[in-house]
Amino acid sequence: MNYTLDFTPVIDGLPNLLWACLGTFTLAICGMLLAIVIGIGGVILRQSPLKPLRWLVIGFVELIRNTPFLVQIFFIYFALPLAGIRLDPTPTAIIALGINGGAYAIEIIRGGVQSISKGQMEAGLALGLHKAQVFRLIILKPALRAIYPSLTSQFILLTLTTSIASAISAYELTSVSQRIESDSFRSFEVYFTVTAFYLVISWVMMRIFALFSSRYFSYPVR
Amino acid sequence: MNQTINSATTTEPMISLSGVEKWYGAFKALDNINMSVAKGEKIVLCGPSGSGKSTLIRCINHLEAYQKGDIHVGGIMLGHGSKTIDAVRREVGMVFQQFNLFPHLTVLQNCMLAPMRSLGLDKAQAEDRARTLLERVKISEQAEKYPAQLSGGQQQRVAIARALCMRPKAMLFDEPTSALDPEMVKEVLDTMIALAEEGMTMICVTHEMGFARQVADRVIFMASGAIVEEAPPAEFFSNPKHERTRKFLGEILGRH
Repeated sequence: MNYTLDFTPVIDGLPNLLWACLGTFTLAICGMLLAIVIGIGGVILRQSPLKPLRWLVIGFVELIRNTPFLVQIFFIYFALPLAGIRLDPTPTAIIALGINGGAYAIEIIRGGVQSISKGQMEAGLALGLHKAQVFRLIILKPALRAIYPSLTSQFILLTLTTSIASAISAYELTSVSQRIESDSFRSFEVYFTVTAFYLVISWVMMRIFALFSSRYFSYPVR
Repeated sequence: MNQTINSATTTEPMISLSGVEKWYGAFKALDNINMSVAKGEKIVLCGPSGSGKSTLIRCINHLEAYQKGDIHVGGIMLGHGSKTIDAVRREVGMVFQQFNLFPHLTVLQNCMLAPMRSLGLDKAQAEDRARTLLERVKISEQAEKYPAQLSGGQQQRVAIARALCMRPKAMLFDEPTSALDPEMVKEVLDTMIALAEEGMTMICVTHEMGFARQVADRVIFMASGAIVEEAPPAEFFSNPKHERTRKFLGEILGRH
């Protein structure tokens, strides 16, 4: 090994890299929020008495979970403009992450809802609440608590998947580091640093999830 | 039974079922049920497991759908549309075997939820009502706790208070003491007895025959989805007419 480490390009590019971390973070948080909306909305539609709605959700979940994320993001970025829908890389990445994460979230949250005893629904109905109220006020929170560990690990995965948005040059850590690497040819130094940054980002995410959990799911269970 | 006849509505029964039938596929769960419960009347429903007694009271607030017959509650005909179902559910409280308190809400919040969301009370009104009723079931000091921090008996008393917060005209009890440890049965029964003494219309599915003797105006015995026999408790226990009733009583009271 006669390779001499030289972190100068990385240090010079540090402001850029740190901004790019923020970009990654933004993609991840926005993608997650969209995924939660899609996840909860999908679960509601999945329980609809209308068969076509249920099939729509099932079809969506199957489509997204059985195709590569890279193809999904390319589809939105390159194919949709031909249908007149033209989006910038960052919104494209957020939508793609939200849709992809949402499909997985639907299945995870559905499992949580099914784990809540039928008695909870019945108690709510017997008190004169509507089905939608029962779902929103009684079922949802314990259901989310039940599947919180699987949901958060899915969201860590979503956070790391933001790197694929580099393929459409969205502003995030991987694409910025690629630029620094191709200018400097310091592959080891750049990707070593980037790996460390991703670790930190994941760790921060987990802290946020834990904080949220301790606030929102603090009620005791037997 | 009919002590207070001071308005026109008291002359018609609080709850009436006529010709109610229910099937689960080919299995007939309820067979031509006819019964009428006057305002303030206390009914104990008993019978072997699978006899349809829980199914029967769950039809009254339409937690179970039925295929035939009519049910009237508090002057409202229980149709199959959601409007009348909601109206009936606001008039009838239900207490479940498994308590079914909402684990993510405090005792107080459990009691406030439906009055706010279903009756439209504001927070102060709902809290006021909840505290009054928690006082009545003697559990007001636990108002800020979560269900998981309470014993079974305490949870069931909260469940009774929660149902009462809707100011129901009648209460349905579905084996309210069956899931309790023996030492907690009494506190729940005492709460139910107090409620009965205040004149609440009650239908209780229970095997607590002491309770039946003490508070029931009538005991109804069911088997195989049908009402077999009904009588005031004194007569029901001392002089059961049907063989199936005698057999059931023999098993449950341990005298053979």
